Amino acid sequence: MPSATLLGQALISGVLAGGLYGLLAMGLSLSWGLLRLVNLSHFALAFLAAYLVYELGTNYHVEPWWSAALIVPAMFAIGVAQHWLFDKFKVNELASLLITFSFAIILEVGIQLYWTADFRRYETEYATRSLKAGPFYIPILDLTLCLVAGALAWGTWLWLRCTYVGKALRAAAEDPGIAAAYGVDHKKLAYLLSGIGAAYAGIAGTFIALIATLAPAQIWAYLGVVFAVVIIGRLGNPLGALLAGLLIGASESIAMAVLAPAWAPVVSFSVLIAILLWDPEWL
Amino acid sequence: MVDRVGAWRRRRVLAGMMGGAATLAAPGLLRAAPSGKPVRVGGTLSLTGFLAQTAMLHKIASEIMIEEINGRNGLLGRPVEYVLLDDQSKPEVARSLYEKLITVDKVDLIQGPYATAPILAAMGVAQRYGKVMIQSSMGIPKLQTYDRAFPATPFGSEPDVTYPNVILDAMATFPAPPKSMVILTSKFPSAQFMALGMKAQAEKRGVKVPLYLEYESGNRDFGAIAARIKEANADFLWVGSLGLESNLLLEALRKLDYKPKNHFHLYPAPGPLAVSADGDKALCSTFIEPDEPFMSRPGMKRIAAEYKEKAAKANLPYPTIDAQACGMVAEWQILEAAVNGAGSLEDEKIAAWLRKNRVDTIYGKARFDGPYNHGDAAQLIKQVQNKEWKVVWPKELAAPGVKLIAS
Repeated sequence: MPSATLLGQALISGVLAGGLYGLLAMGLSLSWGLLRLVNLSHFALAFLAAYLVYELGTNYHVEPWWSAALIVPAMFAIGVAQHWLFDKFKVNELASLLITFSFAIILEVGIQLYWTADFRRYETEYATRSLKAGPFYIPILDLTLCLVAGALAWGTWLWLRCTYVGKALRAAAEDPGIAAAYGVDHKKLAYLLSGIGAAYAGIAGTFIALIATLAPAQIWAYLGVVFAVVIIGRLGNPLGALLAGLLIGASESIAMAVLAPAWAPVVSFSVLIAILLWDPEWL
Repeated sequence: MVDRVGAWRRRRVLAGMMGGAATLAAPGLLRAAPSGKPVRVGGTLSLTGFLAQTAMLHKIASEIMIEEINGRNGLLGRPVEYVLLDDQSKPEVARSLYEKLITVDKVDLIQGPYATAPILAAMGVAQRYGKVMIQSSMGIPKLQTYDRAFPATPFGSEPDVTYPNVILDAMATFPAPPKSMVILTSKFPSAQFMALGMKAQAEKRGVKVPLYLEYESGNRDFGAIAARIKEANADFLWVGSLGLESNLLLEALRKLDYKPKNHFHLYPAPGPLAVSADGDKALCSTFIEPDEPFMSRPGMKRIAAEYKEKAAKANLPYPTIDAQACGMVAEWQILEAAVNGAGSLEDEKIAAWLRKNRVDTIYGKARFDGPYNHGDAAQLIKQVQNKEWKVVWPKELAAPGVKLIAS
């Protein structure tokens, strides 16, 4: 039987890892839930941002936070440009899967051409720093990621709930015709939302550069688990995405501590299936 | 008369000059540039996908070796042409591409792909058409049951027995020999195979294994695994890792303020682990390193220098030749020796020649008359010392002035 310290430490690690799942899921959830576009290139954009942070950090010694200040607006612009294409070619939900998958493949090849397929690791001095709380260690970088994800999730949730733009977006997602009748310009708002989703990919990418391994094929490493997180958290709900991310992260980590690490990938989908079978009101 | 003598003298001088020139040119004439229809050698590498990190090393090594072979006499006096396709790290794609190489492209010979799963897929196709297949990275030799498949890397026929004992022998020389060992491994087939062997051999030699863990290849979070390793607190940590998994694990351990006493890593990305703050004194498997005594092997200095130049040009972050790249060098050396030795491009004759003869490779002398066409095992242990990999075991092959350091 694992000790309380081991369980506690596993829970902390899992919750913090779940922060990244939530952060990655947020942009995808907004795009899928409110624009009805399943944007698979979200993962590739996050990794493109991660590679840029790596490049600026290792070759030009730019601190990752400054890199993020450059990259996140650039990602926003990419998101807007991407939506312009969707709009121009009247891409629907199903076609968006195929088209954004192609975008992702093109980005993956581009990344491999420039940075090669070799593993890249952005070594920073603060990557392994931890806070100590009793017998437990809390990695500062992972904690920062979680706090940033939490702030973004709350902020976005409040924005969607309390502002005119947010309400208009939700209304247009619910019934575009009626929303338009009330003067909601869904097309313009969709550009904004697409940009925000891509900007979130940029923020996630900044943290990926600091805590994970970079290799072009890694783009797909988060696909399955993040999709599960998006669905569990309910489409278009940033707060739900974050909470689902934390739940999956914690479940995976506890499975690693109590059962075996090889069980971790099974957990996310088992939780998803269990919740779908349960079919709660909020889902 | 004088003129005639003078003429005779001139003729003698001219003849002497021509003779001298011919003598100087003789080695060149004997090593005439290969000519005629090229010998087409087909193969796949994982140029994209999750194994793509290694493909570039193999591609560079192949380019060097094709230049070398064509700079000598080619294969049977004909130039070599390499038909390289991308199997996307997928065994099913490798299978289709080998079928295409043999039936559509009609290559004369084939070379094996990278990694156990694509090799197994390609081996089935090779067997169906009776083609000789030389490969350098099948970590589970007992799966190589096709009699015309030959290994280029000296794993030996039972690396799951021989190599753990090399590690245990090295451990036994520590001032305080480890009495317990945590074994952590990726479920990548060849790593898992070696991990099970390590566990069996360690227990056989009285080293306790309080914790044996397997994780999925591509595991994202090592936090909980690190917590379990810390709690087990064994004397030795053996990690069946690939790529950067070792770096991520060591970082996760550092986040818990824990440093393993001694740690071994099976197939890590060599560069990142060597330069990592956590990599100091890390142990790792190898067959060859660019140091003495290996640099004195024929061609090694030249190949290592060429590799460095080409790898730097290809923007590889770790442009030093390693055991991976040497595997591909050995593949081509074996193919060249076998074709020229058999004097034929017929697979049956090439296979028969290989079974009867030994080949000088970058790894040393290779033989193919053991179980599964394997010869002797020649695994070594290297260690990160001052951010560089140095062979430390066995002692007689250690880099000059370098010793195994126990933590």
